[in-house]
Amino acid sequence: MSGHVHKDYTGAKFGMWLFLFTEVLLFGGLFLLYAVYLARYPQEFISAGKELNVWFGGGNTLVLLTSSLFVAISITALRRGAKTLCLRLLGSTIACAVIFMVNKYFEWNAKISHGIYPGSDHLKEMQPGEMVFFNLYYLTTGLHGLHVIIGALVIAWAMFLIKKDQVNADDWVILENAGLYWHLVDLIWIFVFPLYYLILH
Amino acid sequence: MSEEHTHIVPYKTFAIVWIGLLILTGVTVVVAQYNLGAMNIWVALGIATLKSGLVVAVFMHMKYENRLFKLSLFAALAILAIFIGLNFFDVLYR
Amino acid sequence: MSDVTTTATSERGFFDEGQYPGIFAWLLSTDHKRIGLLYFWCIVTFFCVGAILGLLIRLELFAPGETIMGAQTYNAVFTLHGVIMIFLFIIPGIPAAFGNLIMPIQLGARDVAFPKLNLFSWYLYITGAILAVTSLFTGGGPPDTGWTFYVPFSAQTSTNVSLAAVAVFILGFSSILTGLNFVTTIHRLRTEGMTWMRIPLFTWSLYATAWIQILATPVIGITVAMLFAERIIGTGLFDPAQGGDPIMFQHLFWIYSHPAVYIMILPGMGVVSDIVPVFSRKPCFGYKAIVVSSLAIAFAGSLVWAHHMYTSGMSDMAVLVFSFLTFIVAIPSAIKVFNWLATLYEGSILLDPPLLYALSFILLFTIGGLTGLVLGAAAADVHVHDTYFVVGHFHFVMFGGTGMAFFAAMHYWLPKIYGRMYDKTIATVAWAVMVIGFLILYISMKIVGMQGMPRRYYDYVPEFTGLNQLATVGSWILAVGLVLMFANIIRGIFKGDPVEANPWGGASLEWQIPSPPPMENFGEEDPVVTHGPYDFTKAGIL
Ligand code: HEM
Ligand SMILES: [Cu+2]
Repeated sequence: MSGHVHKDYTGAKFGMWLFLFTEVLLFGGLFLLYAVYLARYPQEFISAGKELNVWFGGGNTLVLLTSSLFVAISITALRRGAKTLCLRLLGSTIACAVIFMVNKYFEWNAKISHGIYPGSDHLKEMQPGEMVFFNLYYLTTGLHGLHVIIGALVIAWAMFLIKKDQVNADDWVILENAGLYWHLVDLIWIFVFPLYYLILH
Repeated sequence: MSEEHTHIVPYKTFAIVWIGLLILTGVTVVVAQYNLGAMNIWVALGIATLKSGLVVAVFMHMKYENRLFKLSLFAALAILAIFIGLNFFDVLYR
Repeated sequence: MSDVTTTATSERGFFDEGQYPGIFAWLLSTDHKRIGLLYFWCIVTFFCVGAILGLLIRLELFAPGETIMGAQTYNAVFTLHGVIMIFLFIIPGIPAAFGNLIMPIQLGARDVAFPKLNLFSWYLYITGAILAVTSLFTGGGPPDTGWTFYVPFSAQTSTNVSLAAVAVFILGFSSILTGLNFVTTIHRLRTEGMTWMRIPLFTWSLYATAWIQILATPVIGITVAMLFAERIIGTGLFDPAQGGDPIMFQHLFWIYSHPAVYIMILPGMGVVSDIVPVFSRKPCFGYKAIVVSSLAIAFAGSLVWAHHMYTSGMSDMAVLVFSFLTFIVAIPSAIKVFNWLATLYEGSILLDPPLLYALSFILLFTIGGLTGLVLGAAAADVHVHDTYFVVGHFHFVMFGGTGMAFFAAMHYWLPKIYGRMYDKTIATVAWAVMVIGFLILYISMKIVGMQGMPRRYYDYVPEFTGLNQLATVGSWILAVGLVLMFANIIRGIFKGDPVEANPWGGASLEWQIPSPPPMENFGEEDPVVTHGPYDFTKAGIL
């Protein structure tokens, strides 16, 4: 086991997974507060949740799930030597990230123009539980949006390396790890969506 | 080279999982329209767990990794569950 | 361990083999030993700054009323003292400095798993440190919240808490990356024959620590991020006026910060577990028990955080449950103490400085741990919470524990790294002075705490004067010891006698290579390990 000669794939992937755990626990703090405040304000979470638009949330869910599919396939493509296909798939992933963010922009914009944002006067007239709900909503989706952007940049960087053949059919762990990061972004959203957009009863 | 270079997941597997994910998304949206009382949140979480299980197992290749990866993932999730769970000794009894 | 073929290229080992010219040989190096030394000297520097602040606190408390500073300055000074000592000294201390220096060698590896990431961690550490210092001079002035940053005060104070929160976030990130690097290294880079049960206990303790760093640190990240958001955009998640709950901040804070005390102490226990067998010339008693108890502490430490919150107004049920769980954590800690004592028992003891520092660790940590149990019992804690008794407790475990272990590690491993020995007599004198000063200082604090003196005030009622003056005098004695110790170490680095590969007669891998170690630690061939780390017979030492 002389780690300095060959690239250690298992080690690299394991390191990435450990990093993903830290991301899970980072978001975990927000989910923790969600759980606690949901227990305290069940009715108000429902009335606030109804204000969110399922179409925005659902649409973005489809976008992210599909982008995850693209990334997953792109790795198989690269390893089978289909470099162009791989690059196209990754390009589509970034396109998905853009669509997601545009969607998010319109969604936030609509809320903000209704006067619902952290610290707003309108928010402060609401029930305590509703305030907490929206504050959590903004922090969680904001942090998630930040991860979407970082994830897209990571994918773009992987594309760059693939173009230069530094990442290729024989040496692809960087793409694998970029993909893992992107899937994490998807994973978080899989929980955000029902907790915030589907809390109707 | 070693074991880790062998497994290439076919396109078809990914496509099937993706369709499964879409169906589950549909299900969770539909179920949310019905009033099941406190069950709503648990059903929603259950479906989300199922979905993330699919993503982790197949998209993220966890299925094909060795035991160390699986154990670590389990440990991380267990700790998160503890961090959230123990708070309820405070929150529920205040 | 045997079969190590070393081709030492030069007398000064890795010091002569910088990849880049001048200062860049350090600032751009990905070599674990150079990064370890970067950490080491930064950490020592911050320790000295923190210690000076501590002395100032003691000076202010020499007499009731304003002695050398007013209330606001005092609040800033104890906050800074806490932030520096906790986030810049104790948490990174042993893992980032000695872990980097020694752990890869103990495994028979040439470096950590991700050397570039390792360097990046150091830059994050320095960035965080600079921001923490910057927060003193910018914005609304130095933070005055205490290192715990409790809301609602921290959300409202006009001092520069926001920047300090950013600094903590970045320092946490640094800690996470180090942890991730270490876990991967220990899993992937063990040399041939280095089975799990042959890993030296220091490296084992780093393994357990690294898992806590990975799993608990993100929680403080999100907590200070929320505090930041609360201050900047008014997200109010902890603000009752907006439906928030300030007690949830305390939960989140301690979900990290209690496990963090094990990030602080476990590596120290690892250092002691490595030193005690070597200086008793006996295999470590209960090697497996120590390994298991490290992992058990890492796990059980995640279950007890709310014992810091008995008086916060959380539910009685929670007080009961967390008090019970707290007692469980004491068990694995006690197991370790018994094992060290059993190792010493009937050993042929060599009273060299590393062992002396390790022995003071055992004594002081035990006292600290036992007072921890007093605090863990909710009924007792209600009376002494937020008094000097708590201050005494955590100084016994953190300074008496981790601090002493850091010094023990310094005396044990620096001769290996620099290839020179300090003066052992001076080291022994410094140690004795320090321990005496320490006991006077912190025992007085515990007593005055029992009598009811609250912490974090610049003033006190005249009844407490005597014990406070005793404590302050103790702090001076301690300071003398510290100065003597550091001066001796530094002199030793430059002027000490050259040492052989194995000055103490250790059996683990770091003692089989030259002092200082060569660039990639081992020669052409990777070492092959054939026996355990404390098998002095097979290593040919006995
Ligand atoms: C047997 C093990 C231990 C037990 C049972 C224990 C218990 C406790 C308890 C109950 C408190 C809260 C007291 C109060 O605020 O009223 C406390 C405070 C504290 N402990 Fe420990 N402890 C133990 C070991 C340690 C170790 C190993 C460290 C660090 C190396 C440590 C560091 C601290 C710190 C920093 C505080 C005070 C935090 C603050 O309020 O500023 N403890 N401990
Ligand atoms: Cu604690």
